[in-house]
Amino acid sequence: MPDGQPISAPILSADGISKSFGSVPVLFSVSMNIRAGEVHALIGENGAGKSTLMKILSGFLQPTSGHIRVDGTTTELPGNGQSEGLGIVLIHQELNLAEQMTVEENVFLGRELLSRGILDRTTMRAMVAGYLNDIGLDISPDDRISDLSIAQKQMVEIVKAMSRDARVLIMDEPTAVLTEAETELFFAQVRRLKARGTAIVFVSHKLTEVSAISDQVTVLRDGQWIGTHAAKDVTPDSMAQMMVGRELSDFYPPMNEVDVDADHVLEVRDLVAPGVHNVSFDLRRGEILGFSGLIGAGRTAVFEAICGLTPRAHGIINFDGSPAQFGSVAEARDAGVVYLTKDRKEKGLLLGQKMRPNLSLFALPKFVKGLSVDRKAEDAALERAIRRFDIRARDPSVKVGDLSGGNQQKLLLAKVMECDPRVLIIDEPTRGIDVGTKQQIYHFIAAIAAEGVSVIVVSSEMPEIIGLCHRVVVMREGEITGVVTGDHINETEIVRYAAGLKREHQQ
Amino acid sequence: MTETTMSTAKPSILRGFDLKTAGPAIALLILCVIGFLLNPAFLSEGNITNLLTRSAFIGIIAVGATFVITAGGIDLSVGSMAAVIAGVMIIVMNSAVDTFGTGVTTVLIGCGCSIILGLGAGLVNGFLTTKGKIEAFIVTLGTMGIYRSLVTYFADGGTLSLNYDIRGVYRPVYYDSFFGLPIPVWVFIIVSIAGWFLMNRTAFGRYCTAIGSNESVAKYSAIKVDRVKTLTYVIQGLCVSLATIIYVPRLGSASSSTGVLWELEAIAAVIIGGTVLKGGYGRIGGTILGALILTTIGNILNFTDMISNYLNGTMQGLIIIVAVWLQRGDWGRSKSAD
Repeated sequence: MPDGQPISAPILSADGISKSFGSVPVLFSVSMNIRAGEVHALIGENGAGKSTLMKILSGFLQPTSGHIRVDGTTTELPGNGQSEGLGIVLIHQELNLAEQMTVEENVFLGRELLSRGILDRTTMRAMVAGYLNDIGLDISPDDRISDLSIAQKQMVEIVKAMSRDARVLIMDEPTAVLTEAETELFFAQVRRLKARGTAIVFVSHKLTEVSAISDQVTVLRDGQWIGTHAAKDVTPDSMAQMMVGRELSDFYPPMNEVDVDADHVLEVRDLVAPGVHNVSFDLRRGEILGFSGLIGAGRTAVFEAICGLTPRAHGIINFDGSPAQFGSVAEARDAGVVYLTKDRKEKGLLLGQKMRPNLSLFALPKFVKGLSVDRKAEDAALERAIRRFDIRARDPSVKVGDLSGGNQQKLLLAKVMECDPRVLIIDEPTRGIDVGTKQQIYHFIAAIAAEGVSVIVVSSEMPEIIGLCHRVVVMREGEITGVVTGDHINETEIVRYAAGLKREHQQ
Repeated sequence: MTETTMSTAKPSILRGFDLKTAGPAIALLILCVIGFLLNPAFLSEGNITNLLTRSAFIGIIAVGATFVITAGGIDLSVGSMAAVIAGVMIIVMNSAVDTFGTGVTTVLIGCGCSIILGLGAGLVNGFLTTKGKIEAFIVTLGTMGIYRSLVTYFADGGTLSLNYDIRGVYRPVYYDSFFGLPIPVWVFIIVSIAGWFLMNRTAFGRYCTAIGSNESVAKYSAIKVDRVKTLTYVIQGLCVSLATIIYVPRLGSASSSTGVLWELEAIAAVIIGGTVLKGGYGRIGGTILGALILTTIGNILNFTDMISNYLNGTMQGLIIIVAVWLQRGDWGRSKSAD
């Protein structure tokens, strides 16, 4: 192993692990050593086998060949989360919390403390309060999970792991839905756990974070072990190259200059809605306009209000120079303004259905001939979409929930594009998808804009905002704090506006 | 991870396909064979006609229920709704005799009244669940109680009887045949075809499925969720009123025991037919088979003395539970597969 560090014995190691599902091999002789007090990042594109490896490391799956060693002894890990008894805890990407129960009840779920046969709530509450205090989380043990933010829920999962005396904590994309501030808080916690000697394995698509927090980085590609490096020896760029296996020179598409005299397709003045205060902005034809800011800054709320998803209290919207007040999503769609949600699993796609009904759902009136839905037209549209957006499915009858995240996102983009929009609003275009697909999505967006469609990209990922957009609007606490253009689009500038350190006083 | 789901998805689709489409048909076929073996008269023309006519009430109501359930709702009020509509129809027709005589006009007035009441009752259920944001279960449980008590009140605890002369005019709607099939069966056929078309070929059917699968996705896909959901209850109300129109001439009366447990039978027919109770997948064809299965069970029990006719409900209950168990579709699959 090219470690270059004083080597302590690994607590948990994978030794030549291979795994096949049926006849499909997904991991080929992968090895990985996890040491106490070390943060070990596991990176790779979607489908590279990261999730499978994590499940094998935590006993949820058994390897087809190869061994798992715990403290140097070959062990067959017990399945179904029983490995927690050995101190190995996996935190799933979809958090595993009972929404209607309290923090305390969740932390002790399944191993409640009893005193004379009844729940010992006092002790449990005190213990949870202690953990929360340790972690610096400002919630009460009595809070209901459903009332917490995603970041707080994530912390509750960590508290749960702490309460189980986890020696190895394996986390699947813990930062995917966190804002930068929340990520910082989360990392502070990870460092604290690390100092206590916990080994941490985490998967992330955010390579700058990987550089920031990890000690070791293991790269997988197509089920193969590509390498394990000390994090200080690799840059985000070199990591991306190892993941993809090729140069990522044209990661972002070349930027077409926007005609500064192009008409304003959309003008928003003094928009007031829940979570939105006096937002005004313009959008030109063919422009890619970024919306940046911390999560909860009100970006999504702005566009849900514009598209008629949430009620507007006040404000003027001009579409194509004439006033437009979209009372419903259907009205916005008919005018040519569509919103692509950031929550593709809950709000974007019908996971239990096939691709065809999903693709045509948004633009269904277009597919109605006479009284009935024209299935031939639907099939033709699906064929087109698969070609245009490079959607890879084993066959068209596969359920959408069985597609990979990247293919789901492409299908979702195809679905809104079926409406032939003039204004396309994309909320978090690349959440939870791999580097290769991200690059494709960026090129799709650029191509759509080049056709004359105006695109609004709402994103919490700074690099994509910077790499993709002609202009960037920065929001903070429901207000626009600044607009950056051209050469001024850089991380520091955006962060200063997003954090409230700088503010424009025009508009 | 993708690979896991991919590899297990295939067989479950195949198995689901077999059970959900062919299952109810096979079950009905088996029931017919059993019926024939127990008593060859089961397959006589008279009995088949009788069986189809009796299926018509539950079948028509169940077609409406398929829409409600597919869109993620439930309507428990249909039995009571049928009773109160029947009661009001009779009162209206009896009092129209003075002005319009005992002819067809009076019957038409009664039918018109039934349809208006059905649509109205559906609209009430729909509005309370969508605009009132109350659980469909609670709303329709409430209206179920209200309608049931109203019919008892109208009948003053007894029975409302249709004027004898009108009964003569109205009678053919239940008892007469048209091209060899009783009129209720024709109504059932027409409602079924219309329902099938609406569910499988129109945008409305697609919207019902989408809403039942995931209401948020539907909302973000420009579907007017409240309107579509309300419409499903209105369709249900219309179906109940049609069923009542062909039911009233059968006995010519209505009482507090009219339509008791019809909601259970209608929902059972829908579920036996393969529609998913939590919504998102609806099969009109299956619902029709479900209604036929339920009636056939009762019919077979009538024909034989092996099992008491009083155990009809027990048999129906068992069938429902078995049907849902089969629908789950993951029985027999080893746990390690996931």
